[in-house]
Amino acid sequence: MADQPTATERFIQGILPENPVLRQLLGLCPALAVTANMKSALTMTGAVLFVLFCANVITSLIRNLLKPHLRIVVFTLTIATFVTIADRFLAAYLYQMSKTLGPYIPLIIVNCIIICRCEVCASKQSVFVAGADAIGQSIGFGLAISAIAAVREILGTGNFFDIPVLPAAWPDWVVMVLPPGAFLTFGLLIGLVNWYETVRAQRPVREVLEPAQSEGA
Amino acid sequence: MTDNILSQTPETESAAPVIHVSPSPHLADQALTTQRIMLDVVIGLVPVIAMALYMFRLYAVKQLAICVISCLAAEALFARMRGRAVPLKDCSALVTGIILALSLPGPAPWYVGVIASFVAIGIGKAIFGGIGMNIFNPAMVGRAFVMIAFASALAASGYQDVNSSIDAVTQATPLDTFKQTGVVTPLAALFLGLTNGSLGETSALACLIGGIYLCIRRSASWEIPAGVIGAAAVLGGIANLVDMDSGWTVLHHLCGGSLLFGAFFIATDPCSSPLTPKGKFIFGLGVGGFIMLLRLFSGYPAGVMFAVLLMNCLTPLINRWTIPRPLGASTS
Repeated sequence: MADQPTATERFIQGILPENPVLRQLLGLCPALAVTANMKSALTMTGAVLFVLFCANVITSLIRNLLKPHLRIVVFTLTIATFVTIADRFLAAYLYQMSKTLGPYIPLIIVNCIIICRCEVCASKQSVFVAGADAIGQSIGFGLAISAIAAVREILGTGNFFDIPVLPAAWPDWVVMVLPPGAFLTFGLLIGLVNWYETVRAQRPVREVLEPAQSEGA
Repeated sequence: MTDNILSQTPETESAAPVIHVSPSPHLADQALTTQRIMLDVVIGLVPVIAMALYMFRLYAVKQLAICVISCLAAEALFARMRGRAVPLKDCSALVTGIILALSLPGPAPWYVGVIASFVAIGIGKAIFGGIGMNIFNPAMVGRAFVMIAFASALAASGYQDVNSSIDAVTQATPLDTFKQTGVVTPLAALFLGLTNGSLGETSALACLIGGIYLCIRRSASWEIPAGVIGAAAVLGGIANLVDMDSGWTVLHHLCGGSLLFGAFFIATDPCSSPLTPKGKFIFGLGVGGFIMLLRLFSGYPAGVMFAVLLMNCLTPLINRWTIPRPLGASTS
């Protein structure tokens, strides 16, 4: 286990280098479905952060008791517990938001990001590392879906967090708040990230080596 | 193949003598270039443009200028982003711009044409790898985007401007009038194009003249418009038999809306339609069938755009169905 990443590495990896949505292409269902405006995107990020953090910590605590053939069931039950808590909490305190997000909160149970983190990190590493990993991955998830939501909300309604940011004459691009807008924005964003990676890979070797060493990647 | 290998390792291979090995025919027709086909399409569009200019005057001038300039600018921009030589000479962006402009309503605001053009060239074409690689008709991708984005500007009401000084624009479009009130526009008006509608779609006569020119020049395959018109005539005939009293006959169906414009100029895009004559005919039948389905049963007055985009999706499948069997090959 000597070559396992440390807590800091796990944290940083989750934010950009292994961004769950843009690099691993996990958790696409909420990334497409709840990104029509910033508020629902951030609520979703909060729910994912809560569920992922709790699930990672619990999984990490019981990692020595896990049987290989039963681990997925245990992961799912752990995640489902916290998703139910998050879902009921939203329904109790943020009723409108809970209605808006609809089935996408319960669907966090089958969100691949969380099962993936339980499997890759929490079931093998200490509680501290698992917690840092959960927070890093959640920030990465939040950044990615906020980016999509920002584009869609601004172009689609002229608002940002429901506050008008564009002149009143702005013609709303209704298509952006509809599903096609999600697919287009998401595709273009992934294209942008891939293009950035390509450009970075083509830079002279010396420039690339130094950051790579400092990251320990 | 030699070209492929060369392009991958230009440093090592460029010095060696190049031997091109390719299957017959060895004497390709040098005149058959993209540019020639596209210029033909432009010539074919001349009667339609003339009719649009006559009917809609400044509206047509405005939309044509906006769409053509935006399409050329988008083509130059995206080609530069991809590090390619700017391919304006092949005129494909020009054709996309003209077709897009002719498919828009005259009173649509300026940004509709600009956004539609950039989406058409960027998302419809450049993302797939430029001309010849696109799976959807670029102009229709752009139009579909603005149709959903600015529904009010492109819905039936977007065609009407009651305060306009041009008579046609003050009326509702013929298909919409029929759908809403059941009033049938006279056939002669539909045929000549003295009605409201998208800039290029009103005149059946102009579309026929331009379209037949394209088919004679073989810049467009006659199988596609034949399929579209055939399917539309059969389904329109059935619809007319079911509802004899409506007065909207087969000829009204064929001359109304953008059916002929779509059949001759939009569905015949060589990149996004099938390769074999049989496949083209099936493609045309599908387009015509979908147009009539949307026209008769959907909330939209007409559906040439959706019909063409739907059939574009099926083009690879049609190509697979209609692979020609070489003489003497086994049947299986």
